[in-house]
Amino acid sequence: MNAGLNHYLVVSGLLFCLGLFGVLARRNLLIIYMSLELMLNAANLALVAFSRFNNNLNGQVIVFFVITVAAAEVAVGLALIVALYRKRQTAHVEDLASLKY
Amino acid sequence: MVLFFPLICSLGTWFLARKERNLTAGFNIAGVVTSFILSVSLACMYGGQAIDCTPFHWLPLDGLDLRIGLHLDRLSTLMLVVVTSVSSLVMVYSAAYMKDDPGYSRFFSTLGLFVFSMLGIVLADNLLMMFIFWELVGVSSYLLIGFWFERPAASDASKKAFITNRLGDFGFIIGIIIVWSATGTLNFSELASKLHQNPAMLGHLASLAGVLIFMGAMGKSAQFPLHVWLPDAMEGPTPVSALIHAATMVAAGVYMLCRVYFIYALPAGWPAAFSFMGEISAATIVAWIGAFTSLLAAVIAIQQNDIKRILAYSTLSQLGYMVMTVGLGAPVGNPSAAMYHLVTHAFFKALLFLGAGSVIHACHHEQDIWRMGGLWKKMPVTFWTFLIGTAALAGVPSFSGFYSKDEILVTALENSPVLFGLAVIVAGLTTFYMSRLVLVAFFGPARSDHASHAHESPKPMLIALVTLAVPSWFIAWLPLGPFLTRHFIPGFQEHGGDFLLGPFNHNPIAALFGFGAVLFGLSGAWFCYAGSSSDPLPAKLGGWSRAMRNRFYFDEIYEAIVVPLHDLVARMVDGFDRWVVSGLGVRGVPGAVEIAGRALRLVQSGSLQTYSFLFAAGAVFAAWLVLR
Repeated sequence: MNAGLNHYLVVSGLLFCLGLFGVLARRNLLIIYMSLELMLNAANLALVAFSRFNNNLNGQVIVFFVITVAAAEVAVGLALIVALYRKRQTAHVEDLASLKY
Repeated sequence: MVLFFPLICSLGTWFLARKERNLTAGFNIAGVVTSFILSVSLACMYGGQAIDCTPFHWLPLDGLDLRIGLHLDRLSTLMLVVVTSVSSLVMVYSAAYMKDDPGYSRFFSTLGLFVFSMLGIVLADNLLMMFIFWELVGVSSYLLIGFWFERPAASDASKKAFITNRLGDFGFIIGIIIVWSATGTLNFSELASKLHQNPAMLGHLASLAGVLIFMGAMGKSAQFPLHVWLPDAMEGPTPVSALIHAATMVAAGVYMLCRVYFIYALPAGWPAAFSFMGEISAATIVAWIGAFTSLLAAVIAIQQNDIKRILAYSTLSQLGYMVMTVGLGAPVGNPSAAMYHLVTHAFFKALLFLGAGSVIHACHHEQDIWRMGGLWKKMPVTFWTFLIGTAALAGVPSFSGFYSKDEILVTALENSPVLFGLAVIVAGLTTFYMSRLVLVAFFGPARSDHASHAHESPKPMLIALVTLAVPSWFIAWLPLGPFLTRHFIPGFQEHGGDFLLGPFNHNPIAALFGFGAVLFGLSGAWFCYAGSSSDPLPAKLGGWSRAMRNRFYFDEIYEAIVVPLHDLVARMVDGFDRWVVSGLGVRGVPGAVEIAGRALRLVQSGSLQTYSFLFAAGAVFAAWLVLR
């Protein structure tokens, strides 16, 4: 069958939901972080699909920016997680509840 | 000027000469006498015309222009003369009566204030100004009744007077508001002309307004059921009783009714809630209440033993007469008999009270008539003037009271035979109790030490007594009746004829009945009381006598009704204040905020994933909002 725009969008949506599920339901900080990246990549996929099916290069340019930002974010985020691990000796998200009333 | 003189004197006295006793007295007396002279000159100059003078626009609001204005016409001119003359005489009298009293200066300045307020009522040209001075008179009355305020009875009585007065004023002000809202003006002349041109202007509110305004008169002139303050007001000094509660303040109610009589001349109109009243107009209600009051008071007076209380109930009874006459005369538009009687009553009642004061003074503050006796030999001037006053009150021919009472009886006969019968009965009772008073207090053996050592009173008191006796006898010989009638019916022509026995010619039935009542009362009193040393009536009348002596238990009834009711209302209001206002309002608002805060706190679970979930949910919601 011919893959139309809708198919790409559905895949992108599914990926996004998988990523969202991971963020909300996993207990390990690193896994949560990976799921976050998955969400970003799902958005990238959607953008590329739009760009291809509308014959417009704008989408691909935006993807460039998003990837750059994602990379920067990963760097900062991992540094934070490492610092946190060194302090708390745990990567379990349930142990990080000091803001609880 | 007439108005402000007593005020200036009173205020001046308060601020300046508090210690100098004679100066105070002289100052105030001079003030009032000046007013008197000015009033008489005004009367002579202006006769029957009406003058308006508005010195002062107080508060020009949209739709209501409040002015302090003065209005002079027949009614007010006459009242001015009466008020100032009686006040001056009472002040002269008090110079001697109150000589030993430490509050001498205060007495005179308060009297000055009273005269000022009374003149304000008389000269007022609109309802609001009249109301202001009405209240002022109430305040002066409070101050004067409670003059000896260290006595609990006196301070209680003054409070009672003021509060009862206020109850009446409550109705009065609502009546004023109704009149204003329906006609847009409070000025008497404007009201009269507006209602004359357009009788339906007040429409369905006419009778309600009339009754409410009458409530003011009920409070001030002590009609049933607000009559309870007047007998207790006798706790004040006797000159106060003479001035306020015989001649002037209580007459203010009748004066006001005559001022606004045009409201009572309107056909009956009741708002929907009161439609069961049907055709009964406000005037009928006024007439019946007046008649009932006069009968009630006369009956109670028969068994009172305190000289001042007898006179107080007599005042109540005569006021009832006047009010009844206003109610009866209104449909025709001529309640002049009421004003006529007011004038004569002012003189002879003041005379009677001052005479009573003279007697009390002579018997060393003894007020029970059964402890007096044989005074006619010892105090001749007092006796003769008192007798003149009694004759005037009873309506003996040739005395002033006869003519005014006859006018009242004529008005009653023309409008309602039932009320005429009542009026005649009351006249008989009046003569009865007054004769009783004279017979017991002045004749007979001296029944106590004080009485046997009684002596004539000091000169100023006697001067006042004699000066009042003259108009009490003769004032009706001036053509006051037609003078007043011309105020209400312009162009009234009186019939000629012999004046002395005029009433007999004019309307023989009324005159004969009146005269018959006098004879009946006199003979009854003679039969019961001549030469007796104790009251024979309680034995004959038993329970009735006790009821009469206890003023028909009105005070007790009121206490039983009013106090618990008041408590109930106070409790309800307190509950409301405590639970609703304090509870919900004052403590509820922060409480609600606190609960909300506590609920919201639970959102802070500290769990990262909860936060991200909420974040995602929020994003979805926002997207939905944008895209729907």
